[in-house]
Amino acid sequence: MSDKPQPIGPHDVGGMPGGDIDHASHDYTFWERRIDAMVYLLFKKGVVRDWAEMRHQIESLGPDVYERLSYYERWAAAVAALMIRRGVVSREELDRRVAELEESAG
Amino acid sequence: MARFAIGDRVRISDREEARHHRVPAYVKGHEGEVERVCAAQGQPETLALGENGEPIQTVYRIHIPQTRLWPGYEGPKGDSLEIEIFEHWLESA
Repeated sequence: MSDKPQPIGPHDVGGMPGGDIDHASHDYTFWERRIDAMVYLLFKKGVVRDWAEMRHQIESLGPDVYERLSYYERWAAAVAALMIRRGVVSREELDRRVAELEESAG
Repeated sequence: MARFAIGDRVRISDREEARHHRVPAYVKGHEGEVERVCAAQGQPETLALGENGEPIQTVYRIHIPQTRLWPGYEGPKGDSLEIEIFEHWLESA
């Protein structure tokens, strides 16, 4: 082996210093449970075809976004990107709905 | 048909691959032994793109002593990594 293989993305961190681990247990919030349920449902219905698709979308978020988002925020971003890609929802529809929700939330 | 058998010495490829794949950088280029032959699975590289992942690949559990992976490893001597690797990422060693 000549050059040491380089990590292929922000997820490929095995062996790097990771800092302290937070051992505190925590419960999931309602929206996190919803995202989880939605992804499993899309999987069951065959809209998400394989976990590799979700992993690929998560790994493609870009290092900055990947680091900034929490675990289920990554799932939300990934499944949104995948559904746009698959034509289930359009970027415009999604943006419009987000704007509506932001408005109603004040 | 599985290309490798339990106990075979194998090398994990360190080829470059820009697509999604399931081989962490820290094991690439390292040698290990086949600990068991697992089920055959579709290839993540193409499944990730919504394709069918064919031809499917046998997945093996590879045993690598931690001392081989990490220079200066200070944990117990018998510590090892058991990692599942697809056949198309393995070479005879």
